[in-house]
Amino acid sequence: MSHNLIPLKRCLIALLSLIPLLAFQVNGCEIRGTGDLGIVIERASGSIQVINTSQRESLGRIEGLGDLSHASAVFSRDGRYAYIFGRDGGLSKIDLLCNNIVKRVIQGGNSIGGAISQNGRWVAVSNYEPGGVRIFNSDSLELVADIPATALSKEKYSRTVGLVDAPGNRFIYSLFDTGETWVVEMDEEKPPTIQKFTDIGIQPYDGLITPDGRTYIAGLFGEDGLTLFDLWNLEKGATRILNHYGRGEQKLPVYKMPHLEGWAQAGARTFLPAVGRHELLVINTGSWDEVGRIAVHSQPVFAMSRPDGRQIWVNFAFPHNDTLQVIDTQSLEIIHQMQPGKGILHMEFTPRGEEVWVSIRDKNRIDIYNTETFEHIKSLPAETPSGIFFTHRAGQIGL
Amino acid sequence: MSRTIYISLLSALFLAQQCTAAAPLSDTRKAEIGHIVQQDCGSCHGLTLKGGLGPSLDPARLKQYSSGFLETTILHGRPGTPMPPWGALLTTDEIHYIATQLRSGVWYVP
Ligand code: HEC
Repeated sequence: MSHNLIPLKRCLIALLSLIPLLAFQVNGCEIRGTGDLGIVIERASGSIQVINTSQRESLGRIEGLGDLSHASAVFSRDGRYAYIFGRDGGLSKIDLLCNNIVKRVIQGGNSIGGAISQNGRWVAVSNYEPGGVRIFNSDSLELVADIPATALSKEKYSRTVGLVDAPGNRFIYSLFDTGETWVVEMDEEKPPTIQKFTDIGIQPYDGLITPDGRTYIAGLFGEDGLTLFDLWNLEKGATRILNHYGRGEQKLPVYKMPHLEGWAQAGARTFLPAVGRHELLVINTGSWDEVGRIAVHSQPVFAMSRPDGRQIWVNFAFPHNDTLQVIDTQSLEIIHQMQPGKGILHMEFTPRGEEVWVSIRDKNRIDIYNTETFEHIKSLPAETPSGIFFTHRAGQIGL
Repeated sequence: MSRTIYISLLSALFLAQQCTAAAPLSDTRKAEIGHIVQQDCGSCHGLTLKGGLGPSLDPARLKQYSSGFLETTILHGRPGTPMPPWGALLTTDEIHYIATQLRSGVWYVP
């Protein structure tokens, strides 16, 4: 009897010791919160890495996502799924806990970014080819609405840019070729309604919405100034701001278009990259008039505010994309500059901003810095990394 | 006196420039240019050159243009559009090399 019991006991102990493992892994998926997770786009290899910002480590790589140049991502409101918008029109839904592709559709020929609605039900994608916006059910990725932009010819439609979500389950975007801004309102029961604003300015190239969801701003490439919409008083239409900025000055060549997403609002001041000038524009939040400008190293691409608004981190266009500058928002001075390598494409702060992750494309590396001491904490290998997106975006309007 | 020095300096500079311009591109420089085209032209034309804010640089379509026309586009850009002038960053030889390679489609990923 006792002879037979010993192996049984051993077996039980072995089984019991497996329980903690079982508790954290169900079908290869982890049971944990996603608040400190994120993704890094590896643009040349068409893959992403799922990362953890607490342990500062990679949790794995997901491949087969197509052409990810200029790719961006938004998150489901539970922070579990990432929707990745690829350049080749691919829309992929990634499960951060199971590390896999849940669903992937090729929804257009050439796309530029996307947004998720206030209630989390819809994901919208902005396309260059065919020019327009397509809206999908965030669960199934089934097409819900196809909204072609204004036609330029029989088979060409205006390219769409600056797509953001706004309160009231609205999506707002601008039309690069025809100078329009469209506001699409989603409804569970009926087809979406579209409100079109024409003549908003020449060649809007990107757009942003303020964190309170009240103001949509389109940057203009074809002329000076920006166009603003007060979403609380939308009937007033477009307002031009900073009309005179740079008037009479020679514009410098823009080797990479600046981005307004991830722009910086620090208290009463808003900071935006100028176009064709090596400057950040400083504007008064609310009255939207120019307070000043900050001369920076080159053409700024991203100007991103640390979550507490105390610092702005700026990266630059080719051929100066090896440099990062940090601006103090109180003194408006450049307090730090570093040159970690060529091809600094993106920065993302941890949710409360104590650290920043920086992608350095040509070094195949992500660098993590302490934002107070600027000390380099760690590097992680990544293949030509570009965008970095953390899950805390899930709860933020416009991200 | 200082004038002749100035002139001879200028002509020396000019000659030096001509010489570097005439020298064939090294393999390292060619590789660097390939990287620039893919990554930095790619930020507007797509990494695969299939298009983005800038049009697709499909060799089948580019063949309708002369190499000179493409070189002018790259050198001076297209004012009024986001296509920037590259003359400050690339030599005319490098631009000629890019135009030739674009037309032959080596960087284009179908
Ligand atoms: C900031 C964006 C941007 C960058 C960077 C850029 N281009 Fe362009 N490019 C454009 C746009 C936009 C057009 C279309 C201009 C027009 O409407 O005529 C264009 C047009 C062209 C054309 C003409 C194509 C045609 O069918 O008429 C060529 C060739 C070209 N680019 C090559 C390059 C090369 C080579 C580089 C890198 C050295 C480069 N571009 C970088 C935006 C860009």
